[in-house]
Amino acid sequence: MVRTGRLDYRSGLALQADRVVARRGGQVPDALFLVEHDHVVTLGTGTHDEHLLHDESRLRELGYDVAEAGRGGDVTYHGPGQLVGYPVLALEAERRDLHRYLRDLEEVVIRALATFGVEAVREEGLTGVWVPGGKLAAIGVRVSSGWITSHGFALNVDPDLSRFGAIVPCGIAHRPVTSLARELGTAPSMHVVEGAVVDAFTDVFGRVRIPSETG
Amino acid sequence: MARIEVPMPQMGESIAEGTVSKWLKSLGDAVERDEPILEISTDKVDAEIPAPASGTLVAIQVQEGETVEVGTIVAFIDPEGGAPDASAGGGAESAPAPAPAEAAAPAEAPAAAPAASSDDAPVEPDSAEDRLRTRSTPVVRRIAEEHGVDIAQVSGTGHAGRVTKQDILDFIESGGPARTPAPAAAPAPKAAPAAASAPPAPSMEPSELWKAFYGQVQHPEFPVREADRVEPMDKIRRLTAEHMVLAKRVAPHVHSVIEIDFTAIDRIRAANKARWKEQGARVSYTAFVAWACSRILREFPMVNATVSGNNIIYRGNINLGMAVDLNPGLIVPVIHDADDLSLVGIGRKIIDLADRARNRKLQPSEIQGATFSITNPGVLGTMVGMPVIPKGTSAILGTGAIEKRVVVLEDEATGSDTIAVRKRSLFSIGYDHRLVDGADSARFLARLKDVLEHFPEDA
Repeated sequence: MVRTGRLDYRSGLALQADRVVARRGGQVPDALFLVEHDHVVTLGTGTHDEHLLHDESRLRELGYDVAEAGRGGDVTYHGPGQLVGYPVLALEAERRDLHRYLRDLEEVVIRALATFGVEAVREEGLTGVWVPGGKLAAIGVRVSSGWITSHGFALNVDPDLSRFGAIVPCGIAHRPVTSLARELGTAPSMHVVEGAVVDAFTDVFGRVRIPSETG
Repeated sequence: MARIEVPMPQMGESIAEGTVSKWLKSLGDAVERDEPILEISTDKVDAEIPAPASGTLVAIQVQEGETVEVGTIVAFIDPEGGAPDASAGGGAESAPAPAPAEAAAPAEAPAAAPAASSDDAPVEPDSAEDRLRTRSTPVVRRIAEEHGVDIAQVSGTGHAGRVTKQDILDFIESGGPARTPAPAAAPAPKAAPAAASAPPAPSMEPSELWKAFYGQVQHPEFPVREADRVEPMDKIRRLTAEHMVLAKRVAPHVHSVIEIDFTAIDRIRAANKARWKEQGARVSYTAFVAWACSRILREFPMVNATVSGNNIIYRGNINLGMAVDLNPGLIVPVIHDADDLSLVGIGRKIIDLADRARNRKLQPSEIQGATFSITNPGVLGTMVGMPVIPKGTSAILGTGAIEKRVVVLEDEATGSDTIAVRKRSLFSIGYDHRLVDGADSARFLARLKDVLEHFPEDA
């Protein structure tokens, strides 16, 4: 696991791109990067322009960076208070199924949330993790040559939810975005959430923790 | 020269199609094996597709933004590094099935001979014999010798006018006169119909033409008028449209109709109503029909079968496709091994599948593998339908409205006629006449009528 703390989005992209190459070459093991980004609106391959409620220059005026993400899915927002996980894994043969991978990522978040007593679920046809109050985690991934994964999930721990107002998150207009803090009535510390996510991740993906590069 | 196909890969069990989001390589680019050549996107995932072999990207079949089914060929790679629109002479390793042609690439010579005809190509033709050699392969020359045919008499359809093995065999079969082969018209469907390949091209070999004909659908476009509304077809509509065009193209459809009396079935329904209600079961007329079909299909193997290339596949299971109206849209969930289920079991299964079909909760496996289908246009009052036979099967039953009719009944003992009111329905069967003959369909319908009109009490 690699915990980077606050990181701007473009640095996050570069970090993943390098890691994907190194992972494919076998120079590094599987990794889960846990990151918090600065305010950024990211555009997936499936982005519909109408889901951006402002043009790019207006978004920049409002304090968002705008970046092409190179992942599947529509537009989304990342920012402080949101735990973003980027697994860079070489998927083994039995996991080489895109839908299975998406479901496995959902499972990681669902199990992590369960440790806080939050019962989250999947919704048919709406990739992500949901509670009755709305979407708690967004998912969008990329699989590079050799079944090396990048991008991943974004769990709303305690972000400023009004920041999602600039976009139609993931192109889903009729369902609100919510956060763990809102669901619990109190914000758990990011550190504790990270621990829960890592535990769930090692469980679901059958990985073990090894002394990591940055702790 | 064998070109290597790059298919839309199966990136997951439940993934049926993918959208080409970006070509990372251009036509004519050299590619290394395992090097990403394009990106596809499905749902929430972007994925890079690596080259299956090193060579040159010689054809791009699917453009950015297009969505195609898994298995569709998206590109061709030439391992020998040929230019995209030039094609060298047929190599020794040419596959027996000709590679689908591009508009720009001339059809290659299907050289079946072990000796490489490309060895001949650089030879400067300085005599008539040499000239002929450059136009034929050793196999063709041997056949020509054996049959005493002058190759110069044969028009070649191969690369640069070469005489192919098929050309000379056709020439001999046609009695030998110098005939001009018409590649676009001569039916030579020797290859089994396969998945979608290349768009029809003027230089296409006949077998490729058939392959495209059986594998591809293009809907013609029409002008839009002012008051019109234009919408893209949704996925179900698109799949239905393609399926229906192909199904009609492939199978010569014939339909037969029979009238069925529902008196016996009504009696059984009345007698069991209370019991079924207790069990929470609903046994519709359709359940009776499905049960009857599941029990008699084994007596009519050609009705539970399909033509596949030059073979017939007789299906070992009885999997009933049950057409469900989604209004709008149509989906055909399948009752697998229906002959293992009781009447009540089939009744439950029909309701379960129809409910889940309408709520879009079917598993992919539940809409696959039908061996025979039933559709019920009668539910909305239609007297009789002439249904299209689903691809990969040989027949479909259509059930008409069940209505009270005035009928003349003959007393078997006395021979006297009486007029009665009976519930009756017209049933139609659509069958593939390649495999099912008129009398087969008549026997099937008569047997179905017999079972339904004398329905067993213990089904």
